[in-house]
Amino acid sequence: MTLAEILASLFPQGHAVAVRDGLVTGTGPFAGGQMHVVGVDGDTPLGVDGALVLSRVVLDAVRAGDRAPILVAVDSDSQRMSRRDELLGLNECLAHLAKAILLADRSGHPTIGLIYGHSAAGAFIATALATRVLAALPGANPSVMDLPSVARVTKLPLDKLKDMAKSTPVFAPGLDNMVATGAVHVVLEPNLSLEGQIRALIDGMRAGDVRDRLGEERGGRPVARAIAAAIADQARLG
Amino acid sequence: MAGNRAASIDPDSLSWYEATARQRVLALTDPGSFREFLPPTERRMSPHLPLFDLPRAFDDGIVVGRARLDGAPILIAAQEGRFMGGAFGEVHGAKLVGLLRAALELKPTAVLILFDTGGVRLQEANAGETAIAETMRAIVDARAAGIPVIGLIGGRAGCYGGGGLIAGTCSRLAVSEGGRISVSGPEVIETNKGAEEFDSRDRALVWRTMGGKHRRLTGGADAFCADTISAFRKAALALVGRAPAFDLQTLEAEQARLEARIDQFGDCRDAADVWARLGVNDPESVPAMDTGAFDETVARSPEADHDAR
Repeated sequence: MTLAEILASLFPQGHAVAVRDGLVTGTGPFAGGQMHVVGVDGDTPLGVDGALVLSRVVLDAVRAGDRAPILVAVDSDSQRMSRRDELLGLNECLAHLAKAILLADRSGHPTIGLIYGHSAAGAFIATALATRVLAALPGANPSVMDLPSVARVTKLPLDKLKDMAKSTPVFAPGLDNMVATGAVHVVLEPNLSLEGQIRALIDGMRAGDVRDRLGEERGGRPVARAIAAAIADQARLG
Repeated sequence: MAGNRAASIDPDSLSWYEATARQRVLALTDPGSFREFLPPTERRMSPHLPLFDLPRAFDDGIVVGRARLDGAPILIAAQEGRFMGGAFGEVHGAKLVGLLRAALELKPTAVLILFDTGGVRLQEANAGETAIAETMRAIVDARAAGIPVIGLIGGRAGCYGGGGLIAGTCSRLAVSEGGRISVSGPEVIETNKGAEEFDSRDRALVWRTMGGKHRRLTGGADAFCADTISAFRKAALALVGRAPAFDLQTLEAEQARLEARIDQFGDCRDAADVWARLGVNDPESVPAMDTGAFDETVARSPEADHDAR
């Protein structure tokens, strides 16, 4: 689905969400109140400037104190790779955006990620992965790194990696694999109203971070939950 | 497992950069106080590396446990940059996440994270990336509960990729000259954008753009340490006592701080241009400055000290 189609399905009465320089910001009427929308569209890389535009919108929403849901919609490239971005502290700007989304969540705003295209690496961590519930639409393509780049770094033949990717979700790009690891909670049905589906997600939100439990149940991250629990158990023993 | 400081570890002379993760933990914390969780004897290794015919480590490249720092109870994690570049795999990441979650119950005086990482372990990329997101959420939860989370950065792998984002989530950061903090590494930028954008073989450029001195001068880190364990211990002790709260006020201050940085330095091509605009008299001399001279320079930088993190 395109962003326009998504917004039409989410806000059948219309909305005030705009895209500028690949950055998505605005609001729409939702569940008797409103919903804030921030995001990245058009496979745009996220750099220091864009991250601070989005974080400002999120912090403004927190200051307004309306506790309205915040949708983080993402079809991005990875972080913008440049000398200027790193010189200006890209790690601080991306972390700041993630912290703003996490603060919003703590301040009573349900935060929902929606990946409908590509996203990768630092841009993915700073946006959709900082929400409480991350949904995807079919055709979304989250990744950490594409397979040819993985082949270059791991010095393994691409054909072998493609074979391994079929049976091992832990390293291969793609939506199914991110669902298996628990990072993506649910894949939405594009032919049904997104408004209803997002409402159901908000109503079903649970406290705590459930991603490692999902990864265990789905087999994409077989040991993470047990390891984290074992650490906490040993810490308690004193 | 008791960790007694070996006679050969002298915190005053041992290089942080050269030390192993275990040496750093043992020499940083009070003698005999460290207890490791899931120690190597439990052999909780990566379930994925054998698929790639790669050797595994009994601790998956990270040491986590409890200790005391000047008598105060802390939780501590240290990445081993010598194993897979300190990268986040499934077990590695889950150990850090588990430690941070335990902090909510145990309420230690602080959590220390000794970063030494290239970012996500590509052989376990999806698990590593998800663990980084979980780590950032767990850090925010700990900070909001009033527990300072302090990052110490001076290892040979630096603090790259998702590690840089985690560092940006911490309450405070201490860095040495050798500690580099960045998202995209030099090789990654060069591979994707060409050597004209970033020449990764130009080591001086790497240190200027991503190194500890630039981060400290511009407020990307809160303390600058000589490359010894005792210097990092002293910095950690000082930073624990002045950790900013995690709330709207702090993040609005950070928003203003980062916007002002881009307004002020957004057209600079090189770190030396940034330093000149900060009022450093002889910016070209910064890389060669010793710690004392650099501390004096930092004291005159209006960007260096703040509570906006």
